[in-house]
Amino acid sequence: MKGKALPKQFLIKNGDIIDPVKGERFIGSVLINSGRIEKVGKRISANGATVYDAGGKVVTHGFCDVHVHFREPGREDKETLATGAEAAIAGGFTQVCAMPNTEPPLDSPESIRFIVEKAADLPIKIHPIGAISVGQQGKELTELGAMAQEGAVAFSDDGIPVMDSGVMRRVLEYAGPLGMPVINHAEDQTLKLDGQMHEGSWSTRLGLVGIPDVSESIMVNRDLELASMTGGRLHVPHVSSAKSVEWIRGAKAGGLDITAEVTPHHLFFTDEDLHSFDTNYKVAPPIRTENDRQVLMTAVKDGTIDCIATDHAPHTVEEKEAPFDWAPCGMIGLESAFGAVWKVLSGLGMNLGEVIHCFTINPRLVMDFEEDLFSAGTEAELTILDPDEEWTFTKEHIHSKSRNTPFAGESLKGRIKATITGGKIFEL
Amino acid sequence: MGFLSNRHLLGLAETPKEDMEMILQHASSFREVLDRPIKKVPTLQGKTIVNLFFEDSTRTRISFELAQKRLSADTVNFSAGSSSLKKGESFKDTAQNIEAMKIDCIVMRHPVPGAHIHLINYVNSVVVNAGDGTHEHPTQGLLDMMSLLEVKGKLDGLKVAIIGDITHSRVARSNIHGLVKMGVQVMLCGPPNLMPVNIEELGVTVNYDVDEVLEWADAVNVLRIQRERQGVSYVPSVREYRDLFGITRERVERLNKQITIMHPGPMNRGVEIDSDVADSENAIILDQVLNGVAIRMAVLYLLLGDQPEES
Repeated sequence: MKGKALPKQFLIKNGDIIDPVKGERFIGSVLINSGRIEKVGKRISANGATVYDAGGKVVTHGFCDVHVHFREPGREDKETLATGAEAAIAGGFTQVCAMPNTEPPLDSPESIRFIVEKAADLPIKIHPIGAISVGQQGKELTELGAMAQEGAVAFSDDGIPVMDSGVMRRVLEYAGPLGMPVINHAEDQTLKLDGQMHEGSWSTRLGLVGIPDVSESIMVNRDLELASMTGGRLHVPHVSSAKSVEWIRGAKAGGLDITAEVTPHHLFFTDEDLHSFDTNYKVAPPIRTENDRQVLMTAVKDGTIDCIATDHAPHTVEEKEAPFDWAPCGMIGLESAFGAVWKVLSGLGMNLGEVIHCFTINPRLVMDFEEDLFSAGTEAELTILDPDEEWTFTKEHIHSKSRNTPFAGESLKGRIKATITGGKIFEL
Repeated sequence: MGFLSNRHLLGLAETPKEDMEMILQHASSFREVLDRPIKKVPTLQGKTIVNLFFEDSTRTRISFELAQKRLSADTVNFSAGSSSLKKGESFKDTAQNIEAMKIDCIVMRHPVPGAHIHLINYVNSVVVNAGDGTHEHPTQGLLDMMSLLEVKGKLDGLKVAIIGDITHSRVARSNIHGLVKMGVQVMLCGPPNLMPVNIEELGVTVNYDVDEVLEWADAVNVLRIQRERQGVSYVPSVREYRDLFGITRERVERLNKQITIMHPGPMNRGVEIDSDVADSENAIILDQVLNGVAIRMAVLYLLLGDQPEES
C-alpha cells in the first residue's frame, strides 16, 4: 500500500465533516499545514494549497482500535507491525493498541520498547499493551510501572484469562494509580474446557463442544466486583453475551468507572453461521446467538458498550484449514470493520455520528489518548469515507498478511475512501 | 453416477427421508447376498475405495472393508492416530495425496466434528462419513434403523429410547436425525450432565427416570458409557451409573412386555448393560453388526454404482 506524502498545504474541501468531540456535523473543509491540522471549518480558503475534493464523503477523526494482534515478535509469518499497519489504514484506523500475546509475550519493559521503537517509523501509531503476568502465566505480576514508562498503554494477558482472582485484584490495585486500564479476557476456563463454539442449539446439533455464555459473564461479574473494590480501571474486551451486558450495564448504572468493547463479528454473525464448520468463525469468546447479538447492538446504542474493537487476529491458511477442534481462534477484522458495523447499527437506527463515536472518541477515552484530533496543531489523523456505498467484501480488499475472515463474500455498507496518517494520504 | 440426492453421505441431518428409504430397501437386498454361499457381487468392480481412519476402530473399519470386498471394489486402508496427524502432515495434504493416486471414494473416520465437510472442500472423491468426532455416524444410524425395521416391521410410530452419554455420542445424533424423519418417537435418557442443551429442538423428549423410559419404549438403544472424558469426571461411579441408568436384568424382568435391546458396541458389560440382557433373546446386537455390512454395501452402491442393481 502506497501513501502519498501530504503537500505542505493540503485542503480537504466540500467534506461532510463529523466532529465527534464537538458533536457537530456540517459541510466544510479541513486545512492541513505541514502535516498538522491548521483549521476545521465551514469555509476555508487557502491560496496555493493542494485541494482534495471530499464532495459526498464524510471526513472525520482517524479511527482507533484498542484491540489488535500484530504477531510481532515471533509470528511474523502471520502479521508484522508493518503489514498490520497497512490493514489498519485500509480500515480507516490511525491508532491501534497491540495485544501482548506474541512469542515471547510483551511482559517486560524491554519488549515494550521493542514495539515502540519498531513502530516509530510506521505511518500509524501502534501502542503496545503489556502483559499482566510474567509469560502470561497468570501468577507473577510483570514490571507494570516500568512497562508504562516505556509506553505500554494498558495491561492484559489477552487470550489467556486471569483465572486467579487474587492476581486480578492485585493488578487492578497496582495499575489504578498508574491510570492504566486492565483488560481481562473473560472466559472461565473451568467452564470453557476445550469448548469450540457457543453452547446452545447449534453446538448440540454439530457435536462441537460448547462454551456456555456464563463462562464469560461469571468472570465479567468477578472483574466488575474487583474493579469496584480496588478502584482499578477495568476495560472489558470483546463482550459476547447478553448476560455480560447486563452486568456491565448494572455496574455503570451504579457509577462504576469501567469501559467495554464489542467486535464487529459479534455484532454481525451468530452461532448458526458455524453450521458449515468454517474455522474462520472460530473465535474466543465464541460468536453467540441472535438474542446475544441483538442485546450487544442495543448495548452499543445505549452506551453500555463504549467502543468497537476488532480483535484483529491473523492466522495462516494452513492453521485455519485444520479440522475445527484443531484450528486456532481468531479472525482478522480491520479492513471490514466499519462496513460491517455501520451496516448492522444503521439498521438498528443509530446515526452515523453515534457510530463514528465508537470508532474515534470513545476508544481514545478508554485509553486516555488525546481525543480532539481536529484541534489546531494536532498531527493530522483523518478518515474519509462514503457511508452509503454498499459493497461486497472480498479477499482482494485484505491488506493483512493473513486472510482468515468470514466476512469474505459478505455485503457491507460504508467504505473507507482515504486515510490520512503519518504525514501521508492513503487513497483506497 | 449415484442414485441419492447427495453426492456424499456426511450425516443423516442432511439426508432426505427418501434417500434413507432407498438405502434401507437396497440394504435388505444386499442382506440376502450375505446369506448366500458366495457372498460377492460384481457391482463395484473397478472402483477404488480408501478407508481413511484417523481414529481407532475395529468393527466399523472391518464392516466397511467387508462391504467393499463383497461388492468387488478395490480397497486400501490407511490408519493413523490422531496425534500423529495433528503434528505431521496436514489433513488436507494427506487427503489430496491419497486422491492423487486416482481413487473413487474415501470412507473417513475422524475425531473432529465436521472433518468431512472440510474433506469435500479438498477432494473430488465421493466421501462417506464413518464417524466424525461427536457429530454423526450416519451408517450406524441407518443400520440401527434397518435392525429395528427387521424386528418391528415398520418404523413409523415406533417408540425408541436412547440411553447413555448423549453429549459425546455421534451414534445418538445420527439415530435422532434418522429416526425422527422416519416418524419414530425418540426419548433420551442418561446422566443430566451428559445431555446436550436444547436437544429437544431435534424433535425428541428427555426423561431421566430409566424405569419410566423402559416402560414407555418399544426398543432401547444403549450407549457405551465412559466415566471420564479428557480428564473431566461426569459419572461419579460405575456402581451409581448402573444403579441409575444401567439396563440391568432386574429392570428388564420387571417389565410386563418384551423390549428390543440394541447397542452400537463396544459394550461395557456390567456397566451400561448386563450380560444377561445383552445375550437375551430380545437383544439384536449381533443383527446390528451383520446389518451394518448390508447398509454399507447399499450406501457404497448407491453412491458409486453406475447402473441400477438387479437383485
